[in-house]
Formats: sequence, C-alpha cells, structure tokens
Amino acid sequence: MKRLLREFLKGITIENPTFRLALGLCPTLAISTSIVNGFGMGLAATFVIVGSNMIVSSIRGVIPSKIRIPSFIVIIATFVTIVELVMKAYFPSLSKALGIFVPLIAVNCIVLGRAEAFASKHGVVRSIFDGLGMGVGFTFALVLISTIREAFGNGTLLGLIIVKGFEPALLFILAPGALLVIGILMGFINHVTER
Amino acid sequence: MDLNRLLMVAISVIFINNFILSKFLGLCPFIGVSKKTEPAFYMGLAVTFVMTASSIITWAVYSFLLRPFHIEYLRTLSFILVIASSVQLIEMFIQKFNPALYKVFGIYLALITTNCAVFGVAVLNSEMFLKVADNLTRSLVFCVVQGFCAGVGFTMVLLLMSGIRERLELCNVPRSMKGMPIAFIVASLMSMAFMGFMGFRF
Repeated sequence: MKRLLREFLKGITIENPTFRLALGLCPTLAISTSIVNGFGMGLAATFVIVGSNMIVSSIRGVIPSKIRIPSFIVIIATFVTIVELVMKAYFPSLSKALGIFVPLIAVNCIVLGRAEAFASKHGVVRSIFDGLGMGVGFTFALVLISTIREAFGNGTLLGLIIVKGFEPALLFILAPGALLVIGILMGFINHVTER
Repeated sequence: MDLNRLLMVAISVIFINNFILSKFLGLCPFIGVSKKTEPAFYMGLAVTFVMTASSIITWAVYSFLLRPFHIEYLRTLSFILVIASSVQLIEMFIQKFNPALYKVFGIYLALITTNCAVFGVAVLNSEMFLKVADNLTRSLVFCVVQGFCAGVGFTMVLLLMSGIRERLELCNVPRSMKGMPIAFIVASLMSMAFMGFMGFRF
C-alpha cells in the first residue's frame, strides 16, 4: 500500500512531468488560457495515461520487444479516439476550445514515455497508480499555469472577476504570455530546489 | 487555381500562425536542438521534408480510405500509424542509398517520427481542407503547400533561436534561470515580435 502511494505521489512531486521532466509542453502552453480548459485537458490526458498504462502493462508479456513502440502507439491512439468522441458528444464547447490538441494527446510524450519507461516493466496495479500520479501531476501543472494566465490576462478566476477595476494584460492570454509564465515558473522551481 | 488563397495559406503558416511561436507545436525539438546553429538547420530540413511527405500521405489516406468508407473517426489512429511507418521507411531508404546524407540528418528523422508538429500539420490539413468535399487535386495542392510552409516557418524560427542561444552561452544569466528557463523567456520575446505580423491583412 505504501509503495502504491509512493508511485502515485512521485508523479506529482519529484517526477512532475511538466516542471521536472519537461515533457508534454505543447498542450501545456497552448491550452492553458483558462482554468476550465486546463482542467479539461488534464482530465483527458489522465484518462489516456491510466488507460494505456493499464493495457500496456497487462499485455507486456505478449508484445515482442521489436514492435513494442508501434503497438503502444496503437493502444494510446485508441484511448485518444475514445476521449475525442466522448468529448465531442458531451462537452462540445470544451472540445471546440481545445481544438486539435485533443487528437494531439496521442503524440504527447508523457503518455508514450510512461508506457515505455514504466508500464512495460511493472505490474498492472502499480502501472495504474503511476499513470494516475502522472495524470494528476500534469493536471496540477496545467491548472497552476492557467490560473496565473487567466488571473493576469483576463482578470478572472473560473470566469469570476477578482478585483474590480483591474485592467487585464492581454499578453498573458496570448502566446508570449504562456512562454513567459513557464520560463519564470521553471526558474523559480530551480531556485527553490537548489537551496 | 486560386493563387491568392494559396499565398495567404503560405504566409499565414510561416509568419502569422507560426507553428512554434503561436501554435505551440514541436516545442521539444525547438528547446532540445536549438543550442547550436548547424544541428538546428538539419533538424529544420528533416522536419520540412517529413511534414511535406506526411501531408501527401495523409491526404491519400483521408481521401481514398477514410472518407469513402465513412470512417473519419479513425483519423487519429490511422494518421499516426501511417506517418510513423512511412518515416521509418524513408529513413531506411536513405540509409541504404545515400549513407552520407543519412549521417547528416538520419538521426533527426528518427527523432521526429511522431513529433507533434508533424502530426499537427496532418490534423490541421484534414480540418481545413479535407473535411469539405472538394476536388482532389485542389485539396492536395493546399495540403502540400501548408505542410511545406509549416516546415519552412519551423526551420526559420529554429535557426533564429539557435543564433540567439549561441550568444546566450556567453551571457551572465542568474544560476536558476540557466538552460531551459531562459530559453523560454527568449522564445516569449521572439513570439512577441512575431505578433507584429498579425496586423497584416490580405
């Protein structure tokens, strides 16, 4: 039980996919314009990571090692297609806001990275917890970045105005703001962990 | 052929909607391979080549397989598989027939088989040009132009960035900002500069 908890927590803290491993940056920067988008993307990615980790680890003995990467890709793409169709049917506005980044979860390096580095070597339960941890860590990073961007760029949190009369800096919602925020956050984390 | 629209697509994808700086596609090679100018250039060449090739391949898959059989929902799955396997095939081909060329950019080809910029251009093509039932040659031309120009824009930004980062090596950067954080700040300033192109109307 303790080991499972560690598997889960490492994805959020010491092996955080966004800030520590710098994986999956494209969707992180592109869709973190509002908290709702960030959270939706995080949930979708979590589902895909957990699903693909589960399937990969349960058939890891059957896949020949030479064709393992293509077979991982097929498994991942299947889960992404499920997410794509479900989102289009039940959350059409979110699906429109995330745009091409929903199918692009399939080429997100976190998902393939976990399948290759963890799920193909460990048991089913541990892989599921690893996927959960990674997914939650990714969601956490997304929500953090999108909170900063929404607050500064739009003057709102979850659509509610924080301070009346605050003139939002539109730059933060646009592309340069994303790069600026992640650069400063990474520098800050380096600064804190170095001491 | 409506040349005006073609030109608009080309300029838009090179400057205004640049893949790296405004669409955030292909950030991994952008941060990873932009430390020196020479590898950055070869990486750009490889990406341009793969993007153009995969635009043609996914055009064929979409218009001859997915649409006639009404299985458009298999787009993600089929595109990834087709792109990955054809890039592998091209890589083997180059390795066999032109080892010198393979030495120069073969490794980059392997790195970008499932790069999000390559897959992204295929998805964008299918959303913009392939979904509307159009005549086939016209959509092929548009796909190829968009794929090629996306690669050109990618190469341009990668080269600019590598030039800046070569200079940055000599600068006195705060210790915690060294490496990736400062690269992101530089990219942010570049993206701000590129926003100037947004004012252009055609």
